[in-house]
Amino acid sequence: MKRKLILIISILSLVLILATGCSTEEKQTLNVLNYDIYIDRSLLTEFEKANNVTIKYDTYSTPEEMYIKVKSGASKYDLIISSEYMIERMINENLVNKLNFDNIPNYKYISEDFKNHIYDPSNEYSVPYFWGTLGILYNKNTVDASSDSWAMLWDEAHAQKIIMMDSQRDSFAAALKLLGYSLNTVDEKELDEAKELLIQQRPLVMAYITDGSPAIMINEEADMALVWSGEAVSAMAENEDLDFVIPKEGSNIWIDAMIIPSTTDKQELAEKLINFLCSTEATLRNIDEVWYSTVHTEAIELLDEELLSNPAFNIPQSDLDKMEMFRDPKEFIDLYTERWTELMAN
Amino acid sequence: MKDRTKYFAYPYVVWIFLFIALPAFLVLLYSSTTKESNGLTTIHFTLENYKKFFQPIYLNILWDSIYLAAVSTVICLILGYPAALIISNTHVSKRNTLLFLCILPMWMNMLLRTYAWMTILGNNGILNNFFAFIGLPTFNMLYTRGATVMGMVYNFIPFMILPIYTALSKMDKGLLEAADDLGADKKTVFTKVILPLSMPGVISGIIMVFMPAVSTFIIPQLLGGNKSMMIGNLVEKLFILNGDWNFGSAISMVMMIIILLSMSIMNKFDIDKEGGARLW
Repeated sequence: MKRKLILIISILSLVLILATGCSTEEKQTLNVLNYDIYIDRSLLTEFEKANNVTIKYDTYSTPEEMYIKVKSGASKYDLIISSEYMIERMINENLVNKLNFDNIPNYKYISEDFKNHIYDPSNEYSVPYFWGTLGILYNKNTVDASSDSWAMLWDEAHAQKIIMMDSQRDSFAAALKLLGYSLNTVDEKELDEAKELLIQQRPLVMAYITDGSPAIMINEEADMALVWSGEAVSAMAENEDLDFVIPKEGSNIWIDAMIIPSTTDKQELAEKLINFLCSTEATLRNIDEVWYSTVHTEAIELLDEELLSNPAFNIPQSDLDKMEMFRDPKEFIDLYTERWTELMAN
Repeated sequence: MKDRTKYFAYPYVVWIFLFIALPAFLVLLYSSTTKESNGLTTIHFTLENYKKFFQPIYLNILWDSIYLAAVSTVICLILGYPAALIISNTHVSKRNTLLFLCILPMWMNMLLRTYAWMTILGNNGILNNFFAFIGLPTFNMLYTRGATVMGMVYNFIPFMILPIYTALSKMDKGLLEAADDLGADKKTVFTKVILPLSMPGVISGIIMVFMPAVSTFIIPQLLGGNKSMMIGNLVEKLFILNGDWNFGSAISMVMMIIILLSMSIMNKFDIDKEGGARLW
């Protein structure tokens, strides 16, 4: 019996040693976590070659998913690109390191419009990456967008031709704005009203998806879709019948930024990568890949007229005035989650 | 010296412990503790997570998943049994080719196959284009419950065909001749001899289709457009989006219990007769 036990323990420890002991020290690795399809991957290869590092690139699809990945601590990330309300939460929970801006000279290119926002009031923790908004991508041939309202998504004439997002805060944002409420509301009554509205909408909805809607719109499988602005720009480039509207009731403006989580032990290298991604050339190449609006003052000068005249890329000031940024709802997020589950199970 | 060979089994014991027993224990632990439990000092046991599950909203998701999985399993059985019968009755030289064709799709990534169905079922997809071409009206097929069921049937039907085929091919053909000799007609031979002898295969098939079907989350997401939430989607959401590992674990435990129960009920019906072949 004793021998058996010893054997089992020795095999166990062997497995553990093998599992933990295989890190080699010669080349540094940088763990990067980003949204899916949100960077020109060749930029990373270039950075790897220039600095003799290996970049382990990992993706996620929603800020909530990113938060869990970081919080569970399964892997230690050195650089994360994510959205403002989740960054706010992580700063509050001391999960983010302050940046040394001496190592990020290219920070000077970032437009003042995107600095010092409420999620990082004195801009010590984050460097803006892209920004965008939420709106309706529609097919000009089948949809009359003259109402310029979120009510378009509730139009029964387009039953089973409407695509919503499988993302609770974005879908709730559309309903809350239609009702004239803040998209950061924590008022249970307002949220219940929004939920009722979304339940009413359910029979009209073709699908709840997050990443595939541009492709569906390009193929003209659906009439309209709730999308982020960059998705609209890329879809409009593929199909001329598509157009984008930011409803008059107002919408969400978001800023995605780069942060260095407190788990890192390669702060300087990560800052170097941030600086690299803030260069004009890298920004231009990223725009060409992701199509979201840029925060870069020099890159925007070099873009062609066609892109700048696209209201989904160069969002008009009149729309911007009516936009609201997501805030971290803290424990009130459960109010949203509960209602979203009820909605999806309805 | 002969006894030494049993030591070769120990890596397997370690394997079971590391990858089956330990994770199952962790799921149990998560399901019965509060979110605030971070270590041994703060651990707090509770049954809240289980209680939470027995609310109408979650039970509805559960029944719906069971319903969709059951429908898929029945369709798999209806389509799979004749297929297995045909394969087992063909000549040996062709049989392997047929079996090979049955398994071939499984060599491709499941996601890829499911994405392929999206282009077939879409509003401007291959099927609807074909209907329009021959003058039929087109249908909304993608993002419906029907599409979800179809995706499950397509993905899991090999798991129904193979065990039934195994049971049928291991059957003693002499029994059929004996039945014939004793004057049974074709129908009687099937109902009294073939069907009972293939039951173990049928039961294995039902279990092997029902289990992955009831817990799938990618098929209702891609083909069902997230409109009919299944229990797998709920667990995925709880783990990935809400970070409520405790509640997610409780649901997983409930599912495990349901599956174990249904397996033991199935096994009651499964009287292992001679000539029958069981896969497990």
